[in-house]
Amino acid sequence: MSITLKINGETRTLDADPESPLLWALRDELGMTGTKFGCGIASCGACTVHWDGVPIRSCQTFVGDLEGAEITTIEGVDGKAATAVQAAWNELDVPQCGYCQSGQIMAATALLSETPKPTDEDIDAAMDGNVCRCATYARIRKAIHLAADKMEG
Amino acid sequence: MLHLLQKPLEAAKPTRRTFLKISAGTVGGLVLAMNLPRGAEAAAGDGELIQPFVHIRPDNTVVVLSKHLDKGQGTATGLTTLVADELDASWEQVSAEHAPSNPQVYANTLFGVQGTGGSTAMANSFMQYRQAGAAAKAMIVAAAAQEWGVPAEEITVSNGVVSHSSGQSATLGDLAGLAAQQDVPAEPTLKTPDQWVYIGKSFPRVDVKNKTVGAPGTYTMDFQRDDLLVAVVARSPRFGGKLKSFDAAEAMKVPGVVNVLQIPNGVAVVAASTWPAIKARDLLEIEWDDSEAETRSSDAMMAELKDMTGKPGVKVREDGDVDAALEASDRVIEADFEFPFLAHGAMEPLDAALLYDGETAELWLGSQIQTIDHNVAATILEVPFEKVKINTMWAGGSFGRRAQADSHPVAEVAFLAKAMLAAGMDPAPIKIVWTREDDMAGGYYRPMSAHKIKVGLDADNSVTAFKYNIAAKSIVKGTPFEAMLMKDGVDHNMTEGAHDTTYAFPLMNMDQSFQETKVPVLWWRSVGHTHTAYVMETMVDRIAKEAGKDPVAYRLEMIKDDPRKVEVLKLAAEKAGWDTPAPEGRHRGVAVHKSFGSYVAEVAEISFRDDGTVKVEKVVAAVDCGTPINPDNIRAQVEGGIGYGLGAILRNQVTLADGVVEETNFDTYEPIRISDMPEIEVHIVASNEAPTGIGEPGTPPIGPAVANAIAAAKDDWVTNLPLTKAGLV
Repeated sequence: MSITLKINGETRTLDADPESPLLWALRDELGMTGTKFGCGIASCGACTVHWDGVPIRSCQTFVGDLEGAEITTIEGVDGKAATAVQAAWNELDVPQCGYCQSGQIMAATALLSETPKPTDEDIDAAMDGNVCRCATYARIRKAIHLAADKMEG
Repeated sequence: MLHLLQKPLEAAKPTRRTFLKISAGTVGGLVLAMNLPRGAEAAAGDGELIQPFVHIRPDNTVVVLSKHLDKGQGTATGLTTLVADELDASWEQVSAEHAPSNPQVYANTLFGVQGTGGSTAMANSFMQYRQAGAAAKAMIVAAAAQEWGVPAEEITVSNGVVSHSSGQSATLGDLAGLAAQQDVPAEPTLKTPDQWVYIGKSFPRVDVKNKTVGAPGTYTMDFQRDDLLVAVVARSPRFGGKLKSFDAAEAMKVPGVVNVLQIPNGVAVVAASTWPAIKARDLLEIEWDDSEAETRSSDAMMAELKDMTGKPGVKVREDGDVDAALEASDRVIEADFEFPFLAHGAMEPLDAALLYDGETAELWLGSQIQTIDHNVAATILEVPFEKVKINTMWAGGSFGRRAQADSHPVAEVAFLAKAMLAAGMDPAPIKIVWTREDDMAGGYYRPMSAHKIKVGLDADNSVTAFKYNIAAKSIVKGTPFEAMLMKDGVDHNMTEGAHDTTYAFPLMNMDQSFQETKVPVLWWRSVGHTHTAYVMETMVDRIAKEAGKDPVAYRLEMIKDDPRKVEVLKLAAEKAGWDTPAPEGRHRGVAVHKSFGSYVAEVAEISFRDDGTVKVEKVVAAVDCGTPINPDNIRAQVEGGIGYGLGAILRNQVTLADGVVEETNFDTYEPIRISDMPEIEVHIVASNEAPTGIGEPGTPPIGPAVANAIAAAKDDWVTNLPLTKAGLV
């Protein structure tokens, strides 16, 4: 089955099993490995990408449903919020093992795009689906607040 | 398979002097220690200074070779800090790469083989990597002296710039080629602590940039090549089960599936990419032979453990006649503790990739004990050690999981690669991907354990005797680690943090009993301390309560001969405002514990939600890990160690029903999430002692600190973990 969609602004054609999760199409068919495999059941958020700007779990999003979709991955995420988030992540040395951080950054970017000045409760609500087994959560929280400051400034 | 491992452990004896004598060829793989002629170094380097632990390139970049696996704990940054400081490089010009597998050069000096674990990375490398940086600097200075015709003593190096009062100046890269022709100093002069420019000053992590842009080629899971094949393996659902028969007809019909092959521990579906392999595995029809498998439930196994703690075991510590002392006591406090199996649950599930052409082999994986992985691959593939190359990839966590005695992920991919060739397939790189379910149901857990405690008190509430019986499966007994880590039949990994306590009990006896089960067990961030710290620190709180004493004051009284422990406890108490009442609705608990040479005290502040469940609001930690090489990373490790331990005591357990694992993904083994994470403060004791561990020591105190905070409100100490069992989560 052939599906045409936009990934990071580029039109791509996927010739893949419609039942294949977007995650594996990105990683194995397109060679974009920034989006990570963590659980396969949408419980950890490591595979988070944006569909029309909305954070989704690519392990539970299927190729057959994506005709015409606009997908953004960690490789292509851009704009004011993403730039601020990545800068804050670097400034505070957020990552440890780093494996979840693509997903964390995609989720945080989506949050700040919608809510430029999030409260701790907003952060909990937006980020609770993104697991970090190194438990870098205290820094993720700080970095989101720092990114919000950067976006203002 | 275990017999394969006797060899590697004997293979490499560390020598302190070899490292400076190794030269150019080390990048390629195994190179024996030898003195290369100077010219050879220069030629091989081609304008580059190549030393075992540091390369200085003509483009003025400095690459530090990390002999340790960086799985998130920041070791690559720590080692880079040491080299950069002694070399006086600028932090912008340095980066880190994983070193090749070569035990003669890159052994962990505390293990004798190349490997990472036990929070030893900085402890065993502190002098070695500083010496490497200092030696490289001396060679750069000698090169400048030769080039400029000035005495070496007049040359200074600062922030990557080499200069002389005559106005001459050069970069490290400019001088690298000539430096490679200089003698390697046998004993380079090291800086004194007051001369350090990076050590103690929070050098930025070297791996953050890649980890914030999804950089390709970072993790094993991301390893790609055009001809790469991917496999998933169907393994026995019960530990110790064997393959009886299988039918792959339906699986073979899935487009993209290349082959289905039997390997010793199961059936491998080999496909052109990951998804077809996963999909096809579900279509395999397999019969397993469970005649030698573990078929008990975890409840039955716990009942056996509890029974064991009621009987004498192997003597770990025997101060005297504990039963008589208990008998003679005014009263006895008794407690029985139960700890569940825990999965490590690293974010990157297990994986390993291998290219084997019948004569040589190249591996890509987050190799935590390279020497064992290397030997297992060489043995199974029947090729010489030097025909195996390991590319150590950055690992998406480990927490102990990647440090197995049997290198089972390497063994599996090696057997599969052999099976592929035997099946007539052309040599191609093969990557085995473990799904989350494979990883979590795959065993190698923190052992479940039972602990029986009896503490005698006299009429003045002083402790008269402390009797501690523990039962669990040993992590090391029956493995190649046994010879190294067990002494006189005693497994101190199981009892560390208890038998060696510095609480001044007049009489303490400790027995251990070993459970036999096919469920594989392994070290889990802080190993024995994961349970002993909980038992000891909650028991000490109970004793303090019995004695009517403040928990901090009582501890200080009982550890007065352990000054570093006293200091962290005082510091944490002070910073947490222990002497002032907790805020309205909050309750505090404290714990202090030494592990891996480091001392950590934690004060947890909790509240109860309306439904009676516990919310951990804040944790104040104080840590003494000797000379703090990178204070910000120490804080990060303690923050993470607290989160890791907290998640486990809140709600994590792996249970078995008739031998089959019940929690197989993050929906049932629910990890700690951002909304669970307390505010954390970490205070670091200034110290000139040798650096000790920091990857693990933050974990042990959090459980008992929280339990003691709960008890401060309820006067009841939870003894059966996780807290979900008590309805507190």
